[in-house]
Amino acid sequence: MAQEHAKAPVDRSGTPLVSLEDISIAFGGVQAVDRVSLDLYPGEVVGLLGHNGAGKSTLIKCLSGAYQRDSGTIRIDGEVADIRSPADARRYNIETIYQTLALADNLDAPSNLFLGRELITPFGLMDDAKMEAETRRIMARLNPNFRKINEPVSALSGGQRQSVAIARAVYFNARILIMDEPTAALGVHETAMVADLIKELKDQGLGIFLISHDTREMMELCDRVSVMKNGKMVGTERVEDVTEDDILSMIILGKNPVREAA
Amino acid sequence: MTDATQAPPAAATRKGFAALEIDTRLLGMIGAFVLIALAFHLASDGRFVTPRNLFNLTIQTASVAIMATGMVFIIVMRHIDLSVGSVLATCSAVMAMVQTVVVPDWLGAGLGSPLNAPIAIACGLVTGAAIGAFHGWLVGYLSIPAFIVTLGGLLVWRNVAWYLTSGQTIGPLDETFQLFGGINGTLGETWSWILGLIGAAAALAGLWSARRNKVAHEFPVKPLWAEAVVAALVVGGILGFVALLNAYTIPDRVLERRFEAEGLVMPAGYTEGYGVPISIVLLIAVAIVMTVIARRTRFGRYIFATGGNPDAAELSGIDTRMLTVKVFALLGTLCAISAVVASARLTNHSNDIGILDELRVIAAAVIGGTALKGGVGTIYGAIIGALIMQSLQSGMAMVGVDAPLQNIVVGAVLVAAVLIDIWYRKRTGARD
Ligand SMILES: Nc1ncnc2c1ncn2[C@@H]1O[C@H](COP(=O)(O)OP(=O)(O)O)[C@@H](O)[C@H]1O
Ligand SMILES: [Mg+2]
Repeated sequence: MAQEHAKAPVDRSGTPLVSLEDISIAFGGVQAVDRVSLDLYPGEVVGLLGHNGAGKSTLIKCLSGAYQRDSGTIRIDGEVADIRSPADARRYNIETIYQTLALADNLDAPSNLFLGRELITPFGLMDDAKMEAETRRIMARLNPNFRKINEPVSALSGGQRQSVAIARAVYFNARILIMDEPTAALGVHETAMVADLIKELKDQGLGIFLISHDTREMMELCDRVSVMKNGKMVGTERVEDVTEDDILSMIILGKNPVREAA
Repeated sequence: MTDATQAPPAAATRKGFAALEIDTRLLGMIGAFVLIALAFHLASDGRFVTPRNLFNLTIQTASVAIMATGMVFIIVMRHIDLSVGSVLATCSAVMAMVQTVVVPDWLGAGLGSPLNAPIAIACGLVTGAAIGAFHGWLVGYLSIPAFIVTLGGLLVWRNVAWYLTSGQTIGPLDETFQLFGGINGTLGETWSWILGLIGAAAALAGLWSARRNKVAHEFPVKPLWAEAVVAALVVGGILGFVALLNAYTIPDRVLERRFEAEGLVMPAGYTEGYGVPISIVLLIAVAIVMTVIARRTRFGRYIFATGGNPDAAELSGIDTRMLTVKVFALLGTLCAISAVVASARLTNHSNDIGILDELRVIAAAVIGGTALKGGVGTIYGAIIGALIMQSLQSGMAMVGVDAPLQNIVVGAVLVAAVLIDIWYRKRTGARD
């Protein structure tokens, strides 16, 4: 790969933005996440890889408040964070783009973008005009061709829906961004735009958890990649220390070739 | 993230009729009502479209229409409420006992005390809200399907009402209370016109400020002529409605007695219209409040969001359990308001009050375009739906259709309405 994608090194000497410590959660008999620990530093993109069912989505849902972990600690800026609901996570400026997008299909883009955080007039009613204007403003930046502002998002294409979900996460000044397969529904051109956006947000100092199945894309976008298998953490490596093949064998074999060779 | 599909033409470029941006579903429902009215008019030798019959139609519709606005929210949230008729009966029983026994005897205020009606209504509203909240708690927090909770409620509250009154008919109800029933409480011609003019002015102001708001944000707006046509239709509709209710005149003997009571003699040829019934003023107020809730408040937005995608609502930090409690409590409160209207109209509380109302209320909401899959529905639709149901029922009674056949038709219409709704949504390409 060409050197034009060379990343500025991430400073990992300070306090991590996010520390996940020994996170576990089970559903019935399935140990979906088993004592997983992971850090994220400001301005860093950490990729999560692994087969379907490895526990990636479940792990980040513990951080986003969608699931309540059974045990383990979450720290934000070194302080123990009490995250038990999506509303709690939002208070810590954690924004999430879910794999399912989590859009209300019957509502339009502005309603979805501001869902749960509606702008209010002095009379206590919703300020729909303001929300629509703000939506037009952010969409002009993220997806200039987006015009179906007043239509239910069910009338939008996969890419347009994805951009609504992305806009929602980006609009509210996130410090920590979670992106669960954000490019799964996108074409080549749209995928490239998301990649540019990730780089831009990273430069602004956000910490980003990125989940994707595209190993090459992950090597390009991420500073570190973590591999999960059967709910367990196989390992976390800086991308400059591993090859794509190393990553693939971690995913498939569930062993860490880098550490084992050392 | 570009996309090949082009945006639809902006509103400003729509031509002719489309520029009016009138909801085709609304047109369809008004068209259905007009058809039904004309058909019965012909079949009844011209008795259907008369001020008298239309006046009666509105007051018969009020009770079901009020509850139907609340049922819209319930169905939008993907729930159902089969207990509304029984909850109405319990509220009615509570209010009947409070105004005929509790306040007059236990509190010693006596029959005819001005305290009777307000205390009774307050107790009724609290009862309705509490029952609704209890249902909502069972559904939201204990995860019992609403179908089961309210099916149980259908039986429970019908018979709680029976115990409250020992199965007796309670009446006559307080005179002030009876004002909410319809014919016993109307605004009279002058006040009806004043109300109509205020309504028309408010509608114009609303249209105007909506347009100004759009212009301020540089959103597309309708051409001015289209705006004027819509305004004329709205104002014409409001004033026409008032004129219609004013045209139903009070019988001479009633007027004569009124003059006699004041020691006067009625001038020859004197007439006076009933005007807008207070129950309809109540319905209009409910409709406005419910529409504002649906469109302009967070509470309403969360109801629709939860109906559209419950998971998305929860991930957005919406407390959907508490929301369920609130929505059921709101419908319970509306059942209590309907109980005031229904029992005041009958001038007493009887055991069978509200029987089969759950069917009428659900039918009104569904005919009015509320999708059973959730997420979609309008307040005005439910009210027109209630009017259509009542027109069918009254019209059939007027032309002498047997009661059993009436019910067969009403049931069939409900099923047919859902089928038409499915076709309509397919054709217009809406997903749900
Ligand atoms: N809400 C849930 N209820 C039951 N099991 C779940 C739930 N969410 C996830 N799981 C299970 O947890 C495991 C991990 O799933 P997931 O985190 O979605 O994997 P990934 O995102 O890595 O593909 C799977 O076995 C899945 O079936
Ligand atoms: Mg996943």
